[in-house]
Amino acid sequence: MYRSLFISSGFHVGIIILSILAFPFIAKKPIDVLPVISVELIEIGKLTNIPFAPKAKKIIEKIKKKNEKLASEQAPPKKIKKEKNKKVNLDENKEIKKLASKKTPTPENKIKKIKKEKLESVALPDKKKKNIKLKEEKKQKPSKEIKKDKNLKKNIKKIKPSVEETKVKQVSEFEKKELFDLNNIAALIDKSKEDFGETNKKLNKISQSQDSSMDSSKLTLSEEDALKAQIFGCWSIPLGLPYNEDLLVRIKLKLRPDGTLIKTEILDHARMNMPGQGFFRVLAESALRAIQLCQPLKVPTSGYERWKDLQLNFDAREMLGG
Amino acid sequence: MKIIKLLTGICIFFLSYTSNSFSLIEVDITRGNLNPLPIAVSPLSQNNKTKKIFQNKLNLDDLGLEISKVIENNLKQSGLFNPLSKDAFLQKPDIAHLKPRFEDWSLIKAQALITGKVLIENDKLKVEFRLWDVLAAREMLALSFTTVPNNWRRVGHIITDKVYERLTGEKGYFDTRIIYVSEEGPKTQRVKKLAIMDQDGFNIKYLTLGNELVLTPRFNPTNQMVTYLSYFRNLPRVYLLDIETGIQEVVGDFPGMTFAPRFSPDGKKIIMSFAKDGNSDIYTMDIENRIVERITNHPSIDTSPSYSPNGKHITFNSDRSGYQQIYVMKSDGSNVKRISFGKGIYGTPVWSPRGDLIAFTKLHKGKFYIGVMRTDGKGERLLTENFYQEAPSWAPNGRVIIFYRETKTNKEGEGFSAKLWSIDLTGYNERLVETETDASDPSWSSLLSN
Repeated sequence: MYRSLFISSGFHVGIIILSILAFPFIAKKPIDVLPVISVELIEIGKLTNIPFAPKAKKIIEKIKKKNEKLASEQAPPKKIKKEKNKKVNLDENKEIKKLASKKTPTPENKIKKIKKEKLESVALPDKKKKNIKLKEEKKQKPSKEIKKDKNLKKNIKKIKPSVEETKVKQVSEFEKKELFDLNNIAALIDKSKEDFGETNKKLNKISQSQDSSMDSSKLTLSEEDALKAQIFGCWSIPLGLPYNEDLLVRIKLKLRPDGTLIKTEILDHARMNMPGQGFFRVLAESALRAIQLCQPLKVPTSGYERWKDLQLNFDAREMLGG
Repeated sequence: MKIIKLLTGICIFFLSYTSNSFSLIEVDITRGNLNPLPIAVSPLSQNNKTKKIFQNKLNLDDLGLEISKVIENNLKQSGLFNPLSKDAFLQKPDIAHLKPRFEDWSLIKAQALITGKVLIENDKLKVEFRLWDVLAAREMLALSFTTVPNNWRRVGHIITDKVYERLTGEKGYFDTRIIYVSEEGPKTQRVKKLAIMDQDGFNIKYLTLGNELVLTPRFNPTNQMVTYLSYFRNLPRVYLLDIETGIQEVVGDFPGMTFAPRFSPDGKKIIMSFAKDGNSDIYTMDIENRIVERITNHPSIDTSPSYSPNGKHITFNSDRSGYQQIYVMKSDGSNVKRISFGKGIYGTPVWSPRGDLIAFTKLHKGKFYIGVMRTDGKGERLLTENFYQEAPSWAPNGRVIIFYRETKTNKEGEGFSAKLWSIDLTGYNERLVETETDASDPSWSSLLSN
């Protein structure tokens, strides 16, 4: 009787041990749900300078020992790092899926989760809560805005590194601030503001410098539009042209400062007199007529050196085939 | 070391300099206006002696002016040109023909100018003309024609063709004729005659007396032969008519009715439908040796055949799918493919002389449409819609289609009319073709000067 009972219980214990070993997540506590925060930080970490992370880890551990309050704020990042390493090793795809499915963490969520943690059971003063909120908001906003502004990323790729640079700064400063003076979070916020301002300045500087480099080789959009609109009005497209043939006429112009013509040159001039190129000749002549009719061309009032030589590419396919 | 640095510096400077010096600003012009080109057609100049001779011979006050009017009218009808009013011209025709004052012509917004001169040489009419690019201030074309004085209208058409070709890049269609069925009388008792005219509606001639019903005349693309449908012993039969000699004959000896005839591109064969016992198939007949060949063999109604310009394919309509649709096959009748899949009934397919499109008539929800589609059936475009219209026929340059349109009758059976209309491929330039009587079943000839 007792024997069978012992055997049965032995088996049961064995199965339990085996299952714990085989399925490690059983042994873990529900606290592992926290990766919500870790996911966000992983994302930030990708953008920031990674070498700072181990340093931050150590610092945070020190703080944790010294001050429970500080630990309560820094603990999640610590665990996050662990989670990050584990999960990246296990399955990156799963991590990405989680990223997509989980809600974007907000400061409120963070505070809720902090409350859940046993270690952080000590209630935080209201002021500090507010500070945390503020801090998180101020810190997140710039990165979110930059993330959301896809066009900015796409159009000015060069800007991206600069964003990363600024984020590196934020992280390092964040760590320093956390270390040395938690009461100066407001100052930190101001600094982050300044940093963001600096980021913007940098962005502007970059775009301006890009613009200036573009100016040397292109007309601005408004200048180009004005010129196009003028020529659109002058160009009577020969309606008999076939729309499915390769008919592109490139004409090089030499202009005076007032926009009148000094010289026009058809770049594929040889085609003009070639047999079977009647359509090309017709299109080229119509383009030349348009230029003659339009002069003086609406060119920019300044930067003559930039546009004294212009090339107009006449392509009627869009109109004829449309 | 210093030398290397110096050389490197020179290279960098040179590269940066060259890259800057060759950076040319490019602007893409992908739009323009679709307004007709403003063109000035100056009256053709002539001296007083010539003027008097032509006044006596042709009973015309000013032949030069009349020819310029023919050109002007042609250009206007094409929809691609906007002939400017002669009242605005500042330069006299004879001086303009020698050397135009381009400032004067550009002042009235002319972008092209036609000048000319009429002469008489050995009792023949000689016409010189020049086409000028006003904005570029240069001559684009200069030609001279000699013909009998009575042929002066054709000179006007030929000049228009040359101008059209020079300014649009494609051949003109003005020196052509149109054959059609002239209709007179009440709807129930129409007298139908075969008639021929210039494409602008002048020089109308009637080829039959109206005793027999005539239908679907078609030009031979290579000469002045015409094939059409008429009744012989109360049976519809395909006829062949030589316009110059007036000789006509029945095509083939078929034991049933033949209809919907059309010439092959080389003009040596006639393709038509032959119906017997309720079944209609497509046949060809060699005009020279009269050998008949059956092309389709299907229990459905196959009709309205039309060759592709290279003669390798035939398009026709058939109800083999249950509804009348357009099909394409090889000229030996193999590889039949349906190409029309839109809603409605499709008929009278005609292959464009360019070979790129097929014109057709479509009936959908009680409305008739004239449209075009590519030869694979894609890109269907309906050009015009009306109560009743059909029988499209291409101009020789494949840019304009002529067809006929009937109007509704009122309750008393009055108000019926049938008129010829033309439309270009854009679908915007739709024009009535003036005829003396009502008209139907038009067919456009190829260029006479070919």
